[in-house]
Amino acid sequence: MGQALAFYTLAAFILGFGVLVVTARSTVHSIVFLVADFLFIAGLYVLMGAPFLAAIQVVVYAGGIVVLYLFVVMLVNLKRPPEAHQDRRRRGRLGMVVALVVLVELAAIAAYKYVSPAAGLPPVTPMGPDNVAQVGMILYTDYLIPFELASILLLVAMVGAIILARRDL
Amino acid sequence: MTPITPAHYMVLSAALFIIGVIGVMTRRNIIVILMSIELMLNAVNINLVAFSQLWQNAVGQVFVVFVVCVAAAEAAVGLGIILAFYRNKETVNIDEMSLMRW
Repeated sequence: MGQALAFYTLAAFILGFGVLVVTARSTVHSIVFLVADFLFIAGLYVLMGAPFLAAIQVVVYAGGIVVLYLFVVMLVNLKRPPEAHQDRRRRGRLGMVVALVVLVELAAIAAYKYVSPAAGLPPVTPMGPDNVAQVGMILYTDYLIPFELASILLLVAMVGAIILARRDL
Repeated sequence: MTPITPAHYMVLSAALFIIGVIGVMTRRNIIVILMSIELMLNAVNINLVAFSQLWQNAVGQVFVVFVVCVAAAEAAVGLGIILAFYRNKETVNIDEMSLMRW
């Protein structure tokens, strides 16, 4: 009961802030809504019994990536609203149609899921308190090489971002 | 109220993904488009954690760590490209980013 209440509250906030991120006129407002959205998703991870991911969500997304976005919005001076100019050849309606097609597709999958015998999924049970230890054990044994590759990816991305943001490019 | 099953999380994730798709398809400010992509990545993460709960297997959560890592790299490079483009063209409107249009 309490879990259901928490889930529906968090889901409502996540979707509401998601819509606000996409519809907000001002880019800075969008970013603030994005931070709120990430924090509520972190709450959802706590509800699902994944505290390590909740911490990562808060530190990396809400603390790191969003600050990066904020810096870029401050560096690019949006004197002229980006939405003012519109290409005549642009088909905005077509984009909406594509999004609706994806929506119908996902709804069809969900409906199929509910009518099929597999609908009787067990309720979500949070994993044990040693969840962080489990994640660390898998990360440093089975997925050690992908883990090291991820660090190389981050290094390459860092060098690339510095080169791209140089003044003389 | 019915107990919360992984299907609930999947529906939530699908809805968040759709919001991201609508943002990418309809907005013209490239910074907002990158933020919509972050929303879609988060929807994927919710899905991965839901399945990780369903099978009681922490590998799904390890994958979320990798997705977050790639998202951080993508944000850094994407925003670097936006900055470089803004220096040259003084715009963040994707309709004016037609340098490589066929």
